[in-house]
Amino acid sequence: MIHPRRRGIAAIVLWLIFLLACAGIISRTHFSTDLSGFLPRAPTPEQQLLMDQLSDGLASRLILVGIEGADAPTRARLSRQIAQRLRADPAFVSVNNGEPVNTERDRAFLFNNRYLLSPAVTPERFSADGLHAALSDSIDLLASPAGLLVKSILPRDPTGEIMQLLEQLDSGSQPKVVEGAWASRDGTRALMLMQTRAAGSDIDAQQHAMAAIQQAFDQAAGATPSAQLLMTGPGVFSVTSRDTIKSQVTRLSLISFALIATLLLLVYRSFSALALGLLPVVSGVLAGIAAVSLGFGAVHGITLGFGTALIGEAVDYSIYLFVQSERNRADHQTWIKRFWPTIRLGVLTSIAGFASLLLSGFPGLAQLGLYAIAGLIAAATVTRFVLPSLLPAHFRIHDLSAIGLTLSRAVQRAAILRWPAAIVLLAACTIVVANRASLWNNTIASLSPVSQAEVELDARLRADMGAPDVRYLVVVSGADQESVLRAAERVSALLQIQVEQGRLAGFESPSRYLPSTAMQRTRQDSLPPRPVLEAHLAQAVQGLPVRAQLFTPFLDDTDAARSQPLLQASDLQQTSMAMAVDALLVQQHGQWRALLPLTAPEGGSIDADPVRAALSAIPGVLFVDMKAESDRLYSGYLHEAIVLSLGGLVAIVALLLGVFRSPLRVLRVIAPLAAAVMTVTAGLSLFGQQMIILHLVGLLLVVAVGSNYALFFDRPDPRTPILPRTLASMLFASLTTVAGFGLLAFSNVALLQALGVTVAPGVILALFFSAIFARQSDAGSIHA
Amino acid sequence: MTRLIRPCFRLCALVWLALLVSPIVRAAPLSIAQLMAGLARHPQGAATFTEKKFISILEQPVESSGELLFVAPARLEKRTLKPKPETMVLDGDTLTLERGQRKRVLQLKDYPEVAGMIESIRATLAGDRQALERVYHLALDGGNERWTLVLTPLDPKVGAVIARIRMEGAQDVVRSVEILQADGDRSLMSIEKRASPQ
Repeated sequence: MIHPRRRGIAAIVLWLIFLLACAGIISRTHFSTDLSGFLPRAPTPEQQLLMDQLSDGLASRLILVGIEGADAPTRARLSRQIAQRLRADPAFVSVNNGEPVNTERDRAFLFNNRYLLSPAVTPERFSADGLHAALSDSIDLLASPAGLLVKSILPRDPTGEIMQLLEQLDSGSQPKVVEGAWASRDGTRALMLMQTRAAGSDIDAQQHAMAAIQQAFDQAAGATPSAQLLMTGPGVFSVTSRDTIKSQVTRLSLISFALIATLLLLVYRSFSALALGLLPVVSGVLAGIAAVSLGFGAVHGITLGFGTALIGEAVDYSIYLFVQSERNRADHQTWIKRFWPTIRLGVLTSIAGFASLLLSGFPGLAQLGLYAIAGLIAAATVTRFVLPSLLPAHFRIHDLSAIGLTLSRAVQRAAILRWPAAIVLLAACTIVVANRASLWNNTIASLSPVSQAEVELDARLRADMGAPDVRYLVVVSGADQESVLRAAERVSALLQIQVEQGRLAGFESPSRYLPSTAMQRTRQDSLPPRPVLEAHLAQAVQGLPVRAQLFTPFLDDTDAARSQPLLQASDLQQTSMAMAVDALLVQQHGQWRALLPLTAPEGGSIDADPVRAALSAIPGVLFVDMKAESDRLYSGYLHEAIVLSLGGLVAIVALLLGVFRSPLRVLRVIAPLAAAVMTVTAGLSLFGQQMIILHLVGLLLVVAVGSNYALFFDRPDPRTPILPRTLASMLFASLTTVAGFGLLAFSNVALLQALGVTVAPGVILALFFSAIFARQSDAGSIHA
Repeated sequence: MTRLIRPCFRLCALVWLALLVSPIVRAAPLSIAQLMAGLARHPQGAATFTEKKFISILEQPVESSGELLFVAPARLEKRTLKPKPETMVLDGDTLTLERGQRKRVLQLKDYPEVAGMIESIRATLAGDRQALERVYHLALDGGNERWTLVLTPLDPKVGAVIARIRMEGAQDVVRSVEILQADGDRSLMSIEKRASPQ
């Protein structure tokens, strides 16, 4: 028998080369935990915008910091010390804690450019009547608390343009200031708002920024053990998600490996059998990672976590080999002849199921599909072609015939359970149909690995800060900055009407800080030449308690403003307004965009329809409700995934039909799997767990793994009983799968937990249903 | 962004808050101690006011009028009705300003030079001599029928804005508060007691 032996050696060599290649690919693989990998590839402009905002929009770059504990003066001192240190750190664009840092520069900028910036600058305002009205207002203001400021600038700014600008800019609610630093409304927390230079999706940079904040806090002179530092924000979420996913995946891999190894050791009572049995698993894992790396350029942490669970499934093949052919080398060849076709069919059904995921618009889902397919093919192939050649001549595992016989007797009696099982199934169907509307969770937040406590902290700090909830955005796009700013000005005019009608509390626009050159020129042209203005002024002061001569500085300033160079973006540098323009005016994908975030009226949300209708007057304006958009996006992909999964089911049925050429037989294989899927779905619904996409992947896995059991129970001739060791192998295979996936059920990463709670019970149910609904052997008793 | 811009007229607002005053139900004429003890006995008062501001750049003084309310120990309200309605409320350390559609909430502690002064005005109304003398030099003149209390800032930061505050009263009522600013402009507030709910 030299021929098979030589073939065996060739297989081993090929296998080793394959492993080396996989290892080579993996060593150069980039592993990501960026959750946007699990967000869909975005096809519409709104969705593209959403993705951009999520990855590097203004909101993504904010870190909210809270300081709790100690007393108010200590917290404020810490806040000032941290701010002072971080303001010198180039990683932060701005560090705000209520200290008036840019105030002087901001005021100088606003004052010096007031005639270009103020929306009140129109030709009418500088007519005799307009000046008279503006002067009267300014004189009234002298009697008010603002009088002192107005007094000193009245000769230069009698029309009150600077007041116009300040009022417009200062419309947001601010945190209160305690001891010279921002504090929460109840005064128990100091607050800071930082903007990082790096995008929120740059998790390494975000982590560095967080470390810098922590270090500044730890090393602040006023640090006391009683004071605590809190951080939140999209970047912080990304960092903690990554940490969570990393630690979970590592821990789960180790535990599940240990569990499965222990289980196998108990069964085999042989270390060499254990080591050999894990070879297909390792091959499968390496192949899976390498395939995803080649196919997607990067491997997501969630995919690795999924791989952990797949260990439990890949180890099945070696269990089948060892347990089903426990005699000797010749027996392995028999196994290959007798059982391999069944297992091959099981692998093929799994591939048919997972192949549908490859078509998914979710890159993350497609990764899972590819990983599963590559991993299962590798594990099965290694088991079939490599493993038998590697087994020592007198390879034996612990004798399992006793267990097998017990199982045989149990299976013989399993038919008794047909009616109860049918009732359970009927109940499950009823539950699923009754709850069909609430089976699925359509919100994208359901994918988030961020814990509830972190979400609550975020909401608290955000409310304290009055931080902008960037939910509603109006977006205008254009080929260049000027056209975008002009469009933003037209949109602003419409939005202002909405504000006055009470539909909006306010809005932001980059054109507020950097008007289009056309607008600036119009405002310049609104200022009359000096002699004309002088004449208007002489008329305007009649009846007012001021002399025209007082306003010589005003004439000088307007004269200068008429010929001053127009504002460029670079003129804003070193002011607070630069940050706003930076965030609201972006150049991306070769296109300019102005973002106008809207603020909802107090205690309400924005009624989108009238605002959208008002904006429809201007072509090419997008009104984006970020939350609704992201949820719509997600539910679209969820829907797609459901359709794809059904497609996978159809593919499996078609495959089985092709192989068996007997619809009845296909039905016998599919029925227990469908029953398991239905029961798991009903169970999830009963326990109030709404399904997300990963539950769906879990159900696919139930079908994939369960198909092996169903196929083993399926026999063309009911008179041939199932061998006791086949039963034993199935039991152990399902135990390892349950161990692998069951662990995931305890994960606090929602994506992994969803897989766990679906697959672990599903696999057991698939085994039970397969046994219960299997055709009964005609023989009354079984002989091993 | 916009929230970072803190207009400095708030500070000025606080300066002008110094004009707040409330009627004093009973005044002791002979000594500061007696005056303070008398003031301390009366927890609240309501009045109307007329205020004239003499500003160098204006040919004529600007006038405003409205209502005042003091509730010991820490609440002062000034409601201006003319020429434009506006409200200032100081409660504890929180100052709320409303003019037209605009409402601002400020913390007194953020403006130490002004806070000292405000604290002192309130201290006068509450009869808290100790607090008063931390920031001001006090000089009392006249008798029970007609007295004058002059506050001169000790703190140069306060002194940079306010030269002195001069309160005149007769028996149990503060009749006027005159604030002389460091730049020579001044304001004079005349107070008519309206009611004195006890």
